[in-house]
Amino acid sequence: MQSALQGIRVIDFGHVMAGPWCTMQLASLGAEVIKIETRARPDEQRAQHGKGAVDNLEANSNFFEINLGKKSVSINLTTEEGRALAKKLVATADIVLENMRPGVMTKLGLDYPELVKIKPDLIMLSLSGFGATGSLRRYAAYNPCFTSVGGTSHLTGYAEKKPNTMTNSGGDARAGTAAVFAALVALKFRQETGKGQYIDSSSSEVINSMVGDQMMDYALNGRSPRRHGNTDKVMAPHNVYRCAGQDEWLSIAVGTDAEWQGLVAAMGHPAWSSMPDFAAAEGRKANEAELDAQIGEWTADKAALDTMHLLQRHGVAATPSFKASDLFNDLHVLERGQVQEVDHPVLGRRKTITSPYRFSETPTRIRGTAPILGESNDDVFRGLLGMDEAEIARLEEAKVIY
Amino acid sequence: MDGLKARVIELADFVAGPYCGKLLADFGADVIKIEKPGRGDDARFIGPFKDDVPNPEASGTFLYLNTNKRSVELDIESPEGRVAFLDLIRTADVLIEDRMPGQLARLGLGYEDLRKINPNLVVTSITPFGQIGPYKDFKAYHLNLYHASGQGYLLPMWAINLDVPPCQGPGYLGLFDGGMAGATATLAALFWRDAGGTGQHIDVSIQHAMMTLERSQLRRFTDEGVNPNRTGKGRLLESLVECAGGEFAVVILSSQQQWEGLWRAMGKPEWGVQPPFDTQKGRSDNYAELRKRLNDWSRTVTQDELFHAIQKEGSAAAPILTAEGVFKLEQFRERGHFVTIDHPVAGSLEYIAQPTRPSNVTLPPKRPAPLLGQHTHEVLGQLAALAAGTK
Repeated sequence: MQSALQGIRVIDFGHVMAGPWCTMQLASLGAEVIKIETRARPDEQRAQHGKGAVDNLEANSNFFEINLGKKSVSINLTTEEGRALAKKLVATADIVLENMRPGVMTKLGLDYPELVKIKPDLIMLSLSGFGATGSLRRYAAYNPCFTSVGGTSHLTGYAEKKPNTMTNSGGDARAGTAAVFAALVALKFRQETGKGQYIDSSSSEVINSMVGDQMMDYALNGRSPRRHGNTDKVMAPHNVYRCAGQDEWLSIAVGTDAEWQGLVAAMGHPAWSSMPDFAAAEGRKANEAELDAQIGEWTADKAALDTMHLLQRHGVAATPSFKASDLFNDLHVLERGQVQEVDHPVLGRRKTITSPYRFSETPTRIRGTAPILGESNDDVFRGLLGMDEAEIARLEEAKVIY
Repeated sequence: MDGLKARVIELADFVAGPYCGKLLADFGADVIKIEKPGRGDDARFIGPFKDDVPNPEASGTFLYLNTNKRSVELDIESPEGRVAFLDLIRTADVLIEDRMPGQLARLGLGYEDLRKINPNLVVTSITPFGQIGPYKDFKAYHLNLYHASGQGYLLPMWAINLDVPPCQGPGYLGLFDGGMAGATATLAALFWRDAGGTGQHIDVSIQHAMMTLERSQLRRFTDEGVNPNRTGKGRLLESLVECAGGEFAVVILSSQQQWEGLWRAMGKPEWGVQPPFDTQKGRSDNYAELRKRLNDWSRTVTQDELFHAIQKEGSAAAPILTAEGVFKLEQFRERGHFVTIDHPVAGSLEYIAQPTRPSNVTLPPKRPAPLLGQHTHEVLGQLAALAAGTK
């Protein structure tokens, strides 16, 4: 089987999350990704885990999750020879990605104006919290910062409660995912025009564009929409309901009269369901609290997964609020290959999640485990750049290759 | 003028499929949207509407998701509609479709049927649970997908306890995730096709797309054998604070260095260098009191003052912006995050622009979302002319 991006080489200056996320997806689509990193200042995802710093740079599951299928070369970019070596790699590349604080690549002499001299049709992606231009370009931004500035925090959570910063790393993940899209736009343009591109992507803007529909209320009416928990403007029932067990919940959403009839039938036509209040969609929405209480009473002693199957058989949209353990063992997830086991020399055999598109002709695949720091030095420096052993040894001695 | 040289047929409603189409249309692809005669896309009915007066030609959700497309009213289930649809498919590079699995095949319009008349066609199917697997026929709205993906169980993050029910994410974010996965895969397939490959079928499960995005949290179960949940991560990372005027901001507390910048911005209060607040552990162990003290300070400054004061000290913080705050943020304006588009019914409005802005292409000027069937005669007329020319 072929891969969509076979023959495409990516030089990855990414670190922490959004950048490595992007290049890992490019690797799964078939690109050769060479990650440039150094033990002089290891990727935070190698060096930090959970409660603090770790001793072993090769035992980090954070790093594993977003660096699968890449090669790793160790180059210390604070040295002049290191930067020269990085440029040699860029000369062989189609795509360069970086997500350093804006200005850092310029200081290193590795910004787009410099790199495009070496590779005229280069595609370069720069990712940052606020973007590489504008008065806030140097401001620090972590995931909760750009979900906040990007307008999603205000829209997340319960109406009566405070906004929620969605710290579940989805902001970085979406910034990285948008960068995969940007890389493919640029590759397609290069295929059509022969020209490369520089793309300066702001994570705050990416996040905001994914609630761009919500922003329309301000554009139209000068109003800012608010968060509304699990509820919907018109649909009811539209909520999560507690089920049997510990912290088990089932989401149910009813959008049509037929779905309502399906729900009523699945519940066994309880007397309350025939009350005139609930006969039409407007009434169900107007009496949502009462409706939710009745449904919650019905679900309380039922297993969430069984009730999903029961309701779906009646044509009702219902799914449990799945936990990690549910997902890693879910029959649908497993049958679709959404979870795969990957061996790692230190972490052992682990389950991980695959790329979310199934191609009939160019299937994505996890090309390999997450690399040991510098494990591809020989392959890349000798094999790709044709350097001799003496030269490599000298650069190792000088801690350029480090 | 540059732009993606591709003709895309979009047979999709509401958010996920149309966002996939928008991501191609905004970069110059010719996206032809097939709409149900007399009714059109469901997003035409969802709003928001100007002054809350419903108008299927001016629904904010539809306007945003369908920029730069053409609209053709076509009933693909009628004999004439089916012929026109197949004629369109012969001229197309891509079909984006969101029908339940098997539905198009039953009409004789499944991937295998279409491939026979156009082997170079890329068909991108975007559905809640994908084309195969035991849940493939399951119904799911945004709410259900958020919870089925594992993302909902982790929200609202920092819930005080598990009595707070898990919660869906903002807007239709999960459906946008599905559309983004579809557009990415479509471009990858076109790139490969135009490098000597063929057409193919792409199966996108929105649930899978969302689950992938949560990998860094779901991983914690593989590490610890314990399910991560919405009550936090067991360590000090950040705090929500309330500012003067009732606006909110977030301050980052993940390290001693972050704390020191924040402490300087607060005017170096004595307590911040005394136990227990002088160490990361002490602050974590006394989080409730820390949060109270942070809020005592934050209520004395505006959201904007807090943001700049902390960032000037080299630490991270951010305002929690409403839509109004977004439109008023100078940084967004300076960078071209807004684009003004004139629409024949909705008028001239500022939309959120594409955040991907390639440097070396001149894209065509932005066109508004189409009126229902606005391009039916134009598109079908071209097809008729094409057919006449080949006879």
